[in-house]
Amino acid sequence: MKAPSRVREMPILRVVARALVPVILLFGLYVQFHGDFGPGGGFQAGVIFAAGLIIFALVFGAEALRQVVPVVLTERLMAAGVLLYGAVGVLAMLLGGEFLNYSALDPLTTGHYGQHLGIIVIELGVGIAVAATIMRVYYAFVGRRPGEAQTGADPALDTGAGGEAS
Amino acid sequence: MIEKILVLEVVLPLLAAPVCVLVRHPRFCRLFSLGVVAACFAIAVALLVEVRGGGVISYQLGGWPPPLGIEYRISTVNAYLLALVTAMALVIFSFDSRGGPPRVPEQRRHLYYAVFLLCISGLLGITITGDAFNIFVFLEISSLSSYILVSLGGHRRAVMSAFYYLVMGTIGGVFFMLGVGLLYQETGTLNLRDIAARLEPSLHDRGTVLALALLVVGISIKLAVFPLHHWLPNAYSFAPPKVSAFLAATATKVSFYLLAMILFTIFGAPFVFEELRLQAVLLPLSLLAMFLASGAAIFQTDLRRLLAYSSVAQIGYMTLGLSTANATGLAGGLVHLFNHAVMKGGLFLVVACLLYRVGSVHLDALAGIGRRMPLTSAALVIGGLSLIGVPGTVGFVSKWYLVSGVLERGWTAAAVLILLSSLLALVYVGKVVEVVYFRKPAETQPIDHVREAPLGMLAPAWVLAAAAVFFGLTTNWTYGVAREAAELLLAGGI
Repeated sequence: MKAPSRVREMPILRVVARALVPVILLFGLYVQFHGDFGPGGGFQAGVIFAAGLIIFALVFGAEALRQVVPVVLTERLMAAGVLLYGAVGVLAMLLGGEFLNYSALDPLTTGHYGQHLGIIVIELGVGIAVAATIMRVYYAFVGRRPGEAQTGADPALDTGAGGEAS
Repeated sequence: MIEKILVLEVVLPLLAAPVCVLVRHPRFCRLFSLGVVAACFAIAVALLVEVRGGGVISYQLGGWPPPLGIEYRISTVNAYLLALVTAMALVIFSFDSRGGPPRVPEQRRHLYYAVFLLCISGLLGITITGDAFNIFVFLEISSLSSYILVSLGGHRRAVMSAFYYLVMGTIGGVFFMLGVGLLYQETGTLNLRDIAARLEPSLHDRGTVLALALLVVGISIKLAVFPLHHWLPNAYSFAPPKVSAFLAATATKVSFYLLAMILFTIFGAPFVFEELRLQAVLLPLSLLAMFLASGAAIFQTDLRRLLAYSSVAQIGYMTLGLSTANATGLAGGLVHLFNHAVMKGGLFLVVACLLYRVGSVHLDALAGIGRRMPLTSAALVIGGLSLIGVPGTVGFVSKWYLVSGVLERGWTAAAVLILLSSLLALVYVGKVVEVVYFRKPAETQPIDHVREAPLGMLAPAWVLAAAAVFFGLTTNWTYGVAREAAELLLAGGI
């Protein structure tokens, strides 16, 4: 257990991470919202965003990240992202189109921007779900202690600041 | 009206799963998922009524017309499967398993319901869609969620058998994916009807034949066709009992539909059964499944493993119906999907009742249990009689049409073998009945404290046992629909 703590004490690493993490998060958002004009989209953006936060956790400790994004929040966001995607489809149905027919969303916008609006919102759902899932996978890994027997309970939930209580 | 909302059949359970994750209240999730499954059943029945008599409903996802867009296409064939899967899901969801699977603590139980809903959504998606790649996506959704469900069983080996299931299932999924890729290369389209229409000139290409081989082997793994069935006995016997009932009643049935649909709709019966003569492989394998798996069932000492091996044998009857490639035999195979789902689903629910009260379904532990749990044991006997194929039960109906279909092809020997294999079923069912009713309980395992299973468990098990008798006497609905579906498949159209 000595090596990781030494890594965390390295000043260069801490300074660079502190400077880079916001840029990575911003780039994630750029890939997310520029995805309809250039290369990008929800999946890539979600991965980049989560990677930025995981770098933060690697340098400053998973505990620090748990205080920002509790484990339970990642679970909720996974579900919320999928629901956001599905809700657009159902909304299109309620407005008289087929499931996920974004053109039916036109009355909500001015002109023929239904397709544009639809793809932005569903990609946001994808981005949220992917980022949350990757962080949840990370929590699942760091929550396990070496030699721990497999049990039904999830160790990631029992430890850390943002467990069931939040 | 129904053609406007048919997509909800898949979307409802798919979106209900994240709702369960968000709400996190176990009791809410249980009732909510039951409501969702009931709504799916209602939609499926409405669809079946709508398409009976040769109707077809097409739904364009996102408003993109096929072949470019994903098309949901309902005919009698898949409407029958949708009704079957949702009906079984409804009965099994109403089974009150008193606290869910043992390895899932109370605060994580909402995830169990979410995974269960995803599994249903995947199975319904495979059945409803008319797009080859969409099938693969739903195949993965249903497979991944069923691996999770299996791993939740109480025994430590549940995790191991889920992992084995995962490896086998993934190999099957990859084969399926490669097959779809080759078909895409040959035809340049993923819409199933479009593939079928464009495949005609390149039907004899090596790529097409390879695609057929990959698809058949891939689906055969998921379907547990005889030599590829090894994942099934462990998966069924270590999964939580409710999950075993659900998978036994639905998952293999959907795989069978997929196999039939690919053989008859995409490649066409003349090519598969007259030129390639697939029945030369499928028929012997079916017969081997019937005999070897039934033989293995006889030597099992655990009721769940016994039923699991019997499932492999019963899948043999289904593929036997497929290999006849005539209307009677295929209808026999299709009607056996429903009939087997009813009896095996009922039997696994009985197992769940026994596990709850006795704590074990090892045959030694069940000695004399017929006196302590008379209603549960009676349901067990009805299910068992149906497995044998006694007249008045659904098993008889299936075997009648299967034997008729086989005789129509002139395969007299196969018909005799079907009847002989019923004798093996008689042996393993008889063995269970003998233990349950006539053997004295062991001194070391007193059963005086055992009471009848609670009503919430007994009622769903008895619904299926009663259905096994009811549909054994009235075949208008089951065989009528199956016959129509078989004729539709043989005509090559979905």
